[in-house]
Formats: sequence, C-alpha cells, structure tokens
Amino acid sequence: MTMDRAETSARIAALIEPFNKKGVEITDATRFTDDLEFDSLTVMDFVAEIEDGFDIIISMNQQAEIENYGQLVDAVVKLQG
Amino acid sequence: MTDMLSDNETQGATDLFSKFDPLIEMRRGLLSTGVTDPFGLVMEKVISPTVAMCNGRETILLGTYNYMGMTFDPDVIAAGKQALDDFGAGTTGSRVLNGTYAGHKAVEEALCDFYDMKHAMVFSTGYQANLGIISTIAGKGDYIVLDIDSHASIWDGCKMGDAEVVPFKHNDIEAMEKRLRRIPEGAGKLVVLEGVYSMLGDIAPLKEMIAVAKKYGAMVLVDEAHSMGFIGPNGRGVAEDQGCLDDVDFVIGTFSKSVGTVGGFCVSNHPKFEIMRLVCRPYVFTASLPPSVVATATTSIRKLMTASEKRAHLWESSRTLHKGLIDAGFQLGTEEPQSAIIAVIMPDLERGAMMWEALLHEGLYVNLARPPATPANMTLLRCSLCAEHSAEQVQQIIGMFTRAGKTAGILA
Repeated sequence: MTMDRAETSARIAALIEPFNKKGVEITDATRFTDDLEFDSLTVMDFVAEIEDGFDIIISMNQQAEIENYGQLVDAVVKLQG
Repeated sequence: MTDMLSDNETQGATDLFSKFDPLIEMRRGLLSTGVTDPFGLVMEKVISPTVAMCNGRETILLGTYNYMGMTFDPDVIAAGKQALDDFGAGTTGSRVLNGTYAGHKAVEEALCDFYDMKHAMVFSTGYQANLGIISTIAGKGDYIVLDIDSHASIWDGCKMGDAEVVPFKHNDIEAMEKRLRRIPEGAGKLVVLEGVYSMLGDIAPLKEMIAVAKKYGAMVLVDEAHSMGFIGPNGRGVAEDQGCLDDVDFVIGTFSKSVGTVGGFCVSNHPKFEIMRLVCRPYVFTASLPPSVVATATTSIRKLMTASEKRAHLWESSRTLHKGLIDAGFQLGTEEPQSAIIAVIMPDLERGAMMWEALLHEGLYVNLARPPATPANMTLLRCSLCAEHSAEQVQQIIGMFTRAGKTAGILA
C-alpha cells in the first residue's frame, strides 16, 4: 500500500531525529549538508535507515539529486510507487 | 543568457582553484607546526626491496606494496633488460593497434596459468583495470552493489559508467543482502568486493558474501590487489583461501604490488570475455605497457606460483609485528593479523604526522594515511610488510615504533 506524502514525511521526520544532533527545525527546505551538517559517514548511515525503513533502494545516482528534506520526501514517495 | 561582450568589456574571473582552498589551508596549518611533509618524501637511492636512502639516511621500508620482494629479483631484472634490448623502450600504441607484442601475450598466458583461468586482459595500471571493467560491464539499468570502503578506482569505475550504484556498510553481509533483494527483477547485478581492504588490512568474508550474491543472481567481481602472491595456497588471493574462487566471475589485480612492477589485469572464465578488448575504453584508448615491464611481470608471476616458502615467512613476520605492536601498547586496525598490512591507528592527523616524522628519524618509512582515503575519518600509520624483511628487521621495527611512540606522545 502506498503512503501519501504527509505520512511519508512524518515517518522520515521520525527517522531523522537521532541524526539531527543540533535539533535544527526541519522544513522541506532544510539542506542535509549545509543545515544539518551531515558528513559522508552520516549520510551513509542515514540513507541506510531510510532504505530499511521503507524497504527501498536510494542509489548514489539518486542521492546526488537530493539536497534538501523536501526532495528526499518526494523521492521516497516516488520510490515506493 | 548574458549578452556577448563587446571588445572593450571583460567579465570578472572565477578562480577554478578556489575549491581547493580548505585543503591548501589544512596543509599550511599542518606544515607550519614544522613537521616534514609526509606526502613529499623522496627516495634518493633504493638499496633493496626493504631498504632505501631517504634524506641521506638509510631507511627501512615498511610502507611499500612490495609484498613478495620481487623488485630486485635477479631473474626479473634480467628479463626486463633482455626485453629492453630486444623490443625497445616502449610500444607507442594501443593494445588493439600496434601495442600488442609477444610479451603482452606471454604475460596474459602467465596470468591464466597463475589463476587457472581461461582469459586474462592486461591494462596499463590496476586503476585502469577497475575503471575499465566496472564501467564497461555494468551499464544503464544495471545495478552495482559495492562495499562502502571500496578503493578509489572502484568508485571511479562506478562513476564513469551508467549503472545505479548502491553501497553497503563495510563487510556487512546482511546489509548487502537487503540491497540485492530490493533490486527490481530482471535488472543486471554486479557485486564488487575486495579480498583485502588496504587501509586497515582486514579481509572480506568472501565465501559468505559470494554465496549471497549468487543466490540473487549477481555477477561477482573481486579486487585481489593486496592478496595476490601472498594469500591462498597458490597465492591467488582471499577467494582461493576461502575456497570460493570458482564462484568469482572477475578477479581484478595489479602488477604494482606483489609482482613488483606496474600494470593491472582482469582474469575471468566468462565465455564472452574477449569482447572486452574492443569495448573497454581504458584498455583501448591508452598506450600498452612497455616491453620491459611485461617481461618483468611475466617472470615475476611465474616465480610467485611456487613461492610458498616466501609466503610462510611473510605470514610469520606479519604475526610477529602485529603482536609486537599490540604488546607495545598501540591500537591496531585488526585484532588478528589478516594480511601483510598492519594499520596503527593514530589519535588525529597532527599526532599521526608527528609520529610519522619520529619514525622517519628512527630510520623507518611507513605510509601516513588520512581521510578521505581512510574509513571513519581515521588517521593511520600503515605498515606493509615484505617477504624480504628479516626476522631481525621486524624486531628493529618494533623497537623503532616503541621509541617513536614515546617521542610523539602516543605511548605513555
């Protein structure tokens, strides 16, 4: 069954919590590198969490297109297609 | 779109080098502490596979990939000299045009014999072997599933091709399986693994990982660069040692480590493998190896087939050094010695560089490895042993580490 965008966003928001060390407020415009200060190791762990949480693959090619939270939610909605 | 500029107008220029400013600043910071540049060492004279002159000082080499000590083997040197005389200094051409000499065919035959495989293809470097094979066999719509700690040449091969790239946590069989399971049905799959991971010197559980890969219908490529000649009963690598070489579709290797010269290769039993010679761009669009290089490689590979005594001695040295450094109080990359590489973990880059310099003053060269080459942002002093290191040298090395560790404040 496909989740709608709001539902997907809520689940991702929960998954992002342990990675959001500084408690940055998350909006669709929040950037992973610049705002959340994710380094490459954090990105790897975070992507694995999302992949396992939704049982999807987000390839490196797709990751390259995802810079902010809103784009991630859109990508996950699409990948669950 | 901006309008074209008239003759008397100019636009402000952006320096393309400004992206390197953070690295330039970091280097300046490190070197301003007065430490010798760890990436600017020059060997003035090489005395043997294990000793060179550095800054006028006789230095034990513990940071080369000369695992089997073949660089000064008299038969190897003689073969190279003969080929220089008979075939000249270089081929000045691609393997598919004028760059295939008898020596190139001979070295490929030697590789087929060494690995007991049907096909061998020699590239000008190991880097190009990974770059070429990976980017060519995995195309649009295919998936490459690879270990996150893979060598730069593997990552660059992925980047050059059009396949979807899916990394998994280092040596994590379950993480690999999850990703294979999620790949859409019908897509081509290539699993890329390494026998020995060169930063920490740890090996992969290839037997289990390859079994999983095969269960999901993936082809398997294993880079055995750091295990060739040393690991496995015939020196064929970690896959041979774990009894799963028959399930490996492509073995990637290099001449610049145990073989003792330069060059790269892929060996395979794939029935259509020979077509690679026409479609693999890093093979086609570069000059082939010089005749002297392939001649030294051929002689070296054939001698490595029967080098079991050297292998045993190298294992002995690896165990002795590993235990000696643990006993001295250093933190190492692996709990047990798994290869000829022993990685000593440093608290940070600054103290790593201090320790590196203290060792150099003792007369010991090791590799200083730092991010992004290292996993988990670690700074490492990487020791790689050579079969020509004597038992006495290994004891000397342990003494040098202990003294330098105290000088640099790494050991209490």
